[in-house]
Amino acid sequence: MEIALQQLVNGLTVGAFYALIALGYTMVYGIIRLINFAHGDVYAVGAFFGLSTYGLLALLHIDSPFLSTLLALVVSMCCTGLLGMVLYRVAYRPLLHARLSILISAIGASLTLEYALFLIYSPSFLVYPHLFGREGPTLAGIQVSWLQVLIFVSSIVLMAGLYTVVHRTKVGMAMRALAINQDAARLMGINVNRVISLTFFIGSTLASFAGVLTGLYYSQISFLMGFLIGLKAFTAAVLGGIGNIPGAVLGGFLLGVLESLAAGYYSSRWKDVVAFAVLIFILVVRPRGLLGERVVERM
Amino acid sequence: MKPASAPPARLPYQAALAAIVVVIALALPFFGTPYLIDVGTLVLVYVMLGLGLNIVVGYAGLLDLGYAAFFAIGAYTTAYFMVHYHMAFWPTLPIAAACTAASGVIIGTPTLRLRSDYLAIVTLGFGEIVRIAATNFNFTGGPEGIYGIPHARIGALIIRSTPSLYWLGMAFVIVILVGSANLARSRLGRAWLAIREDEAAAQAAGIYPVYFKLMAYVLGAIFAGAAGSFFAVKLTAINPSSFTFIQSVTILMVIVLGGRGSLPGVILGAAVIVVLPEALRAFDQVRMLTFGVGLVVLMLLRPQGLWPSRYGRIEQEAVARSEAEVAAGVAAGGASAAESAASRASS
Repeated sequence: MEIALQQLVNGLTVGAFYALIALGYTMVYGIIRLINFAHGDVYAVGAFFGLSTYGLLALLHIDSPFLSTLLALVVSMCCTGLLGMVLYRVAYRPLLHARLSILISAIGASLTLEYALFLIYSPSFLVYPHLFGREGPTLAGIQVSWLQVLIFVSSIVLMAGLYTVVHRTKVGMAMRALAINQDAARLMGINVNRVISLTFFIGSTLASFAGVLTGLYYSQISFLMGFLIGLKAFTAAVLGGIGNIPGAVLGGFLLGVLESLAAGYYSSRWKDVVAFAVLIFILVVRPRGLLGERVVERM
Repeated sequence: MKPASAPPARLPYQAALAAIVVVIALALPFFGTPYLIDVGTLVLVYVMLGLGLNIVVGYAGLLDLGYAAFFAIGAYTTAYFMVHYHMAFWPTLPIAAACTAASGVIIGTPTLRLRSDYLAIVTLGFGEIVRIAATNFNFTGGPEGIYGIPHARIGALIIRSTPSLYWLGMAFVIVILVGSANLARSRLGRAWLAIREDEAAAQAAGIYPVYFKLMAYVLGAIFAGAAGSFFAVKLTAINPSSFTFIQSVTILMVIVLGGRGSLPGVILGAAVIVVLPEALRAFDQVRMLTFGVGLVVLMLLRPQGLWPSRYGRIEQEAVARSEAEVAAGVAAGGASAAESAASRASS
């Protein structure tokens, strides 16, 4: 029982990362039907931007863990968000109507980001600043670190914020309109490219938020860190129902918990297999996901 | 409107290029250094893989992002039976074909009804599962893989030297090439083309898409399995690091670069994919970066590939013609002359 609870806590932490990244996948897919393969690498870039900011702050003698983390998050989120917009403009926008070409372009963009990090930073693991210790509250006999609490709470807040933006603001209404019918939305005077750009911006900022927190949580980052987690976050998005924001959150947490339980009870070497098996199973038995609406095959 | 009667003639530079490729391919084992012949053999491996994936992606229009899984299954089957059961190379080929075909059916049957980009993700997941399984199982040798695989032999002749491996690879390529060319012209090939162009219309014409897609999947898997078997006896040691997602992307790149559905395109694509990185070896650090940027640029500038299939060209020309006619019709119908000129220019 204790193992189960401990794995539940770990799973919720990892699940928060999956959920944050899955949101980017699900928003982009919902609007332009693109599996943005580069999204996992955008997350990695976010983590590296965060590391650079920490380095810069250390040079400026800003040592307060909370202040520096806040600054690192803000700087990294802004830069990564802009990167997401550039990515859309360069690699995706000219190919919006060629489905296979845009997917391959996305794979190319993913490799480009990975190996740009490889060249600019390092081919090996880099160590993140160790700002938060292991101490924290004890819940029902389970040790929880303050960092885990921070990750969980802040991601919930961000997700709630995103939900509000999408469902309560004019921009959010434009996004939802685009998801339903792009041509009709254009006729209603929505600036389609600007809304898609904004979607990429928001998705990338969420991914970069997850990236910085991952760095703090695991204390190390590498240029390939985005590949596997990107695939799994996509799995999470599909699990919850692609295009659906609460679905991505649910899918992320669910996948994180499932995977941690598999790692705790069976073997951590097989946890990735569990994730992909879940993906294939879900796609076969319920392709619309847990919360998704029925989608019609479009060619 | 005049229907396109005959396929457009081959372009003159294409005939010259084809002749050069054939001459190089035949002369290489006699005049090349062992290093060059080895590079040539690697090109042949990618030609086999490209031809196999071409059936799935080029003919049937299904995006497969985990194709290296079938390559792995073929290689591991041959290696396993040759090392643990001391079988000769040739009898392992049908076993490898059976294993890859079975895995193609297992992963294909439930998933081929999915939307095309979901299929891409499922195949990607399958590719990763196979790789992780090969890394974790004991009978596959874990991360070290299987080593000490015996050489293939024909009678008393042991195929060990670089030129003989090259010829063995060439034999595989010729069989697969002839097979692919015949498949494209068969009833199966026409059904694939119909499904690729318009699945609903194909279905209305009496083609059951799931069956034909599954056939494409299984045949593609078998070709990859054969390539894997050859790969195993060529290297005599295999491990999971040869069968990563990047490998699947590289194979996909072969056919996208060459031109989907085009057999000469696949050969050209394989040559470029293998030779270019070898030529860039001095700049090893930027190789993958160039690769990534190259993919994006290729998609932006020349999405049809270096040597597009002739049917692809017919299609493009037909589309361009009908668009021009529509534009002309619009112009005659009273739209401004400037607008029709613009649409003609864009088509």
